Amino acid sequence: MSDNTLPPSPPTRPQVKARKVRVSLVWLVPIVAALIGLSMVVHDFLNVGPKVVVSFLTAEGLEAKKTQVKYKNVVIGIVTDIELSDDRTHVLASIDLNQSAVPFTRADTQYWVVRPRIGAHGVTGVDTLLSGAFIGADAGSSEETKKDFTGLETPPAVTFGEKGKRFILHTDDLGSLDIGSPVYFRRIQVGQVVAYELAKDGKGVDVEIFVGAPNDQYVLTDSRFWNASGVDVTLGASGLKVSTQSMASILSGGIAFREPKYSPDAKIADGNAEFKLFEDQATALAPPDGEPKYIRMRFNQSLRGLVVNAPVDFLGVNIGRVVSVDLDYDAATGTFPGIVGAVIYPQRLGAANDKLQQQAGAGDDEEKTSRVLGQFIERGLRAQVRTGNLLTGQLYVAMDFDPKAPKVSYNAKARPLEIPTVPGSFDKLQEQLQAFVDKLGKIPLDDLAKNLNGSLIELQKTMKQVNSDVLPQMRGALQQAQKTLGTANETLSDDSPARQQLGQAMEEVQRTARSVRVLTDFLSRHPESLIRGRSGDAAPGSYKGSSSSREIAPEPAQ
Amino acid sequence: MNGIPYAREYKVTLCHVCSYVCPEDAHECPRCDSPVHRRKPNSLTRTWAFLIAGLIFYIPANLLPVMYTTMLGSSSENTIMSGVIEFAEGGSWDIAILIFIASVVVPCIKFLVLGLMLVTCQRRSTWAMRERSRLFRFIELIGYWSMLDVLVVALVAALVQFRGLSTIEPRLGILFFGLVVVMTMLAAMTFDPRLIWDAEVEDVR
Repeated sequence: MSDNTLPPSPPTRPQVKARKVRVSLVWLVPIVAALIGLSMVVHDFLNVGPKVVVSFLTAEGLEAKKTQVKYKNVVIGIVTDIELSDDRTHVLASIDLNQSAVPFTRADTQYWVVRPRIGAHGVTGVDTLLSGAFIGADAGSSEETKKDFTGLETPPAVTFGEKGKRFILHTDDLGSLDIGSPVYFRRIQVGQVVAYELAKDGKGVDVEIFVGAPNDQYVLTDSRFWNASGVDVTLGASGLKVSTQSMASILSGGIAFREPKYSPDAKIADGNAEFKLFEDQATALAPPDGEPKYIRMRFNQSLRGLVVNAPVDFLGVNIGRVVSVDLDYDAATGTFPGIVGAVIYPQRLGAANDKLQQQAGAGDDEEKTSRVLGQFIERGLRAQVRTGNLLTGQLYVAMDFDPKAPKVSYNAKARPLEIPTVPGSFDKLQEQLQAFVDKLGKIPLDDLAKNLNGSLIELQKTMKQVNSDVLPQMRGALQQAQKTLGTANETLSDDSPARQQLGQAMEEVQRTARSVRVLTDFLSRHPESLIRGRSGDAAPGSYKGSSSSREIAPEPAQ
Repeated sequence: MNGIPYAREYKVTLCHVCSYVCPEDAHECPRCDSPVHRRKPNSLTRTWAFLIAGLIFYIPANLLPVMYTTMLGSSSENTIMSGVIEFAEGGSWDIAILIFIASVVVPCIKFLVLGLMLVTCQRRSTWAMRERSRLFRFIELIGYWSMLDVLVVALVAALVQFRGLSTIEPRLGILFFGLVVVMTMLAAMTFDPRLIWDAEVEDVR
């Protein structure tokens, strides 16, 4: 073998070179292949986007290398790996984002898992029923970027970049509100609840709502927010009241807001402004109540039907509400008077309150109120429990001037302020009813019954007589009548001799009538026959058979 | 060596097309005008080139997805191996083995065998010549079947097109796989099996 490759002589060198050049053409094929492969590698390398890790509470519905990350339903990445966190409380989903998805590494980017959800607001994520869950993403606006994110358990209600304002509402408890609960303005949904959390001191809840543009301009500095959750059914002294916002809010709760009817210098509220969330529309829209005053009343009557929150009226104006109904024991009389505590809001009196304040003169607030009240009681101000609603028996406390009321001594120093009372109107009604019942009781029912009994016995006797005497005679008469009618019936029957004779007589009359007609006929044609007698050829028509009278057709003689 | 003389001893060569015995120095067959060579020209170099190109294409063919399946909204991209694994895990061992043989075993055998041919021929080895030529015939035989994968993908992608319900689309990987098959077939075609036997005699080229 090797003796063929003898020592190469110098002249052969160029030949080898020429051969190499010729051969290299075929090598273009693998070179092109390599270039294609290389270009793909480079392309892939350039397209590699950032990697982020998102932690979720559960990996339900997530699948490594399958679950996609979408923004506005555009795929921006894929989950490459899912593993448990070191303390096994979370799952960590590693996500490869696309090159174009760099903004999704901003520190305030949100990630959440889109699963089918059924709520009062409708059904979302139906497409994921078939395709499996995917991760939704919403890029933030922060300058900083990071690699580790905490995924949200529920989709954010408001996506980044949506125009509008956020407001904070303070309330005592959350009620049935939830993230996504609607916010209504004049029953039109203009926003939703985006977050809530306990207040820092734990004494209330801060609800964050988002009102989208352009409706955020209707949130004014003195707008009132109230909880429009569910159906508000109030059965009070003023009757049955049902109010609601919409079907969805019945199911899932909601917030409504509105500006008060008179708000002269309201400006458009700034974002993140804070408001109070009222219990219901009435309290929300009511004018501010100001400082409440506590008063006490002592009633010597049953307070059945008087409940906490029952209204307190002053000359028909609702100025407060009952806050407590208790019993006291009066050792002197051995009775149990009812003690009713109530708060009144003097500011609800409006202009009257202002004038009274001026009139009251100097002194601290309590004293002034006490002094004004003293004057009123002097002039006959009395509290009275009245029936607001006869159907339900709801009571309310009414304060009215009763000039005829007996004088009482007023202790201006007593705290809480005590207002004397007079018996309620319902008590009077009860008395009248009692009197009516007494009268009913006096009617001599026994005598009435005795008389009635005698009359009935008399009636019974009469009836007996009728039964024994009159009825048998009646029967005989009836039988006689029956017999007479039978005879008449027989006489008139078809085959009776009387009837036959009548028929024959009638026939005889008929025949007579005919011969008379023939005679008159003949005479009318031959009047001369009266004088001359009948001529030979002038026979009566009936014998010739061609009389002008149609009725007189020749008949077989009987 | 044995009694039968070699063609070159008579300075003649055989036309590849019409098997006419031509004079050794003829460039075209006097009978059918097709080009005449004693051996396929540049056989070893060309085979090497095609083999290497095939090897290079084999990498993306395996790494890139060959098929994109959407079934009831859930979509997935499968590479050849992930498809095999999916079938195997799903319990369809028979189908998994079939795909594995058609798309992994066969190309690999072709690469190995062709590489073996080239190396042994270049080294003019006289080792197991008969078995090697039998191997080469085997390679040519299974070459017909290596397009199986490409055909399956083409067929399935054309048939399964129920919008929304399920769709199957071919992906770039299957193109590379097709190129692998083409390259290995070209390599097998350009290889001249007579080179195996040339080691018997010295200095054939």
